[in-house]
Amino acid sequence: MGAVNFGYGISAARGMDLDRNDLGPAREIADEVPEFRACIACGGCTATCTAGNLTSFNFRMVHTLVRRGEYAGAYREMNKCMLCGKCRLVCPRGINTRGVVMQIKRKLGDY
Amino acid sequence: MSSKRIVVIGGGPAGMQAALSLAAGGLKPVIVERAGELGGKLKEWHRLFPSMTEANEVLTRLTGEIAEAGVEVMLHTEVEGIALGEGGAHDGAPNGVVLAEGKKLPAGAVIVASGFDIFDARQKEEYGYHVYDNVFTTVDIERMLNGDKVALSDGTAPRRIAFVHCVGSRDEKVNQRHCSKVCCITAVKQAMELRERFPEAEIYSFYMDIRMFGPGYEELYQQAQQESHINFIRGRVSEASPTIDGRIQIKAEDTLVGRPLKMSVDMVVLAVGMKAAAGNEKLAASCDGLSLAPSGFLAPRDMFTGCVSSGAAGVFYAGTATAPKTIGECIAEGAMAAQRAAEYLKSGAKR
Ligand SMILES: Cc1cc2nc3c(=O)[nH]c(=O)nc-3n(C[C@H](O)[C@H](O)[C@H](O)COP(=O)(O)OP(=O)(O)OC[C@H]3O[C@@H](n4cnc5c(N)ncnc54)[C@H](O)[C@@H]3O)c2cc1C
Ligand code: SF4
Ligand code: SF4
Ligand code: SF4
Repeated sequence: MGAVNFGYGISAARGMDLDRNDLGPAREIADEVPEFRACIACGGCTATCTAGNLTSFNFRMVHTLVRRGEYAGAYREMNKCMLCGKCRLVCPRGINTRGVVMQIKRKLGDY
Repeated sequence: MSSKRIVVIGGGPAGMQAALSLAAGGLKPVIVERAGELGGKLKEWHRLFPSMTEANEVLTRLTGEIAEAGVEVMLHTEVEGIALGEGGAHDGAPNGVVLAEGKKLPAGAVIVASGFDIFDARQKEEYGYHVYDNVFTTVDIERMLNGDKVALSDGTAPRRIAFVHCVGSRDEKVNQRHCSKVCCITAVKQAMELRERFPEAEIYSFYMDIRMFGPGYEELYQQAQQESHINFIRGRVSEASPTIDGRIQIKAEDTLVGRPLKMSVDMVVLAVGMKAAAGNEKLAASCDGLSLAPSGFLAPRDMFTGCVSSGAAGVFYAGTATAPKTIGECIAEGAMAAQRAAEYLKSGAKR
């Protein structure tokens, strides 16, 4: 019999420390898709995303975390994307969101 | 003749324009200004949003026109209240203003253009203004830009800068519930100006909401993101504390990812809000019909057709005495208040 689970546990630190995070890769991605810096995190891309409506994939969350230098799991998450391009059609900042997907896949494979 | 004279309280943008419009209409305005110069806050700013026009260009245009029109200006003179009694333009109406030592300046109508106060950032102790070196306000940055001396206290260039929005606005803790309206766009403008000076610095802006209400503002925000590489993070900074190496650590929640965030920076810039002027209460108490909004700003008769009118006949409002506004909005109200005051003198029309 295991111990009773009270719902508390030691989990990985959730805090983000921008002194430790390496923002270099995030900068490289934004340099490839410059308008990505103008993202206002409106969530339009996530709302329309087919993958996001069928799985726990949240494109907006993944690319916002990437901008903060939180890369863990980003590459893996991106494999859920079907590159359908619907997100690009709705983005109010005109961001080449598929380009962002491709850049995350290209640059963050090691995280 | 004194009943044709109109006293304008305050020589900021709103008051200067009110006086100019009155003079253009053949009336006799007198600007009563407690400072030693005309200009109000405008004389402290460097470049103006959203067009980056030199503040001095707008200031000298207005003061030049005032001089050209021969508008009477009383400097170093403070208005204590509205004067009541016989001899007003119409029955029961104010007949001038009260100056220091009870001295009276007769007039047929009064335009209150006494402006706003800057929120004192020391009240938000958790941000360490005047406690840590290198915590500044947006007002300090304007002065530093004017002196061409933007730097850390030791004279070096900042490598990481954080702007904090809503300091002294939208905050029950300091009894300021209102949005000050101009601080978001001011912070965006200054972040871009700091980018010009410090091309290598990382610049962050912590906001609760970004309010880009004016023409060209949203475009400037987008430009700040895309071209000036300003990183906007949605979350209210809870505190600033010193680090062992003399920098400042700030904490916030990045509410867009739902995780706490911390980072150390060399420079913090607090986007201070516009507070109701301390003198509003005394002024309102001096005359029946004048009242304050819950924010402490003077309450106009209504928000639509009576936005430059008070509840008292012959007393009109212009500019930030009634709410946070931009310079352009203050100028528009100055002209409108002048027109209403002129109509009042002519016919007693109270609107
Ligand atoms: C950091 C910052 C940056 C800003 N930058 C911009 C910008 O780039 N563009 C823009 O459009 N707006 C800007 N603004 C807003 C702008 O400063 C205001 O819109 C403008 O100054 C308001 O003008 P005003 O005439 O209503 O009041 P004020 O500028 O406050 O002038 C009021 C005048 O009345 C005088 N006065 C007050 N009480 C009395 C009294 N009892 N007797 C005699 N005289 C009195 C004061 O001395 C003062 O000279 C900024 C504001 C802040 C805080
Ligand atoms: S739709 Fe565009 S602006 Fe909105 S979150 Fe997605 S990428 Fe950002
Ligand atoms: S391209 Fe990818 S992220 Fe965009 S809507 Fe399609 S599946 Fe979603
Ligand atoms: S304008 Fe922006 S910074 Fe100023 S009080 Fe409003 S939301 Fe806050």
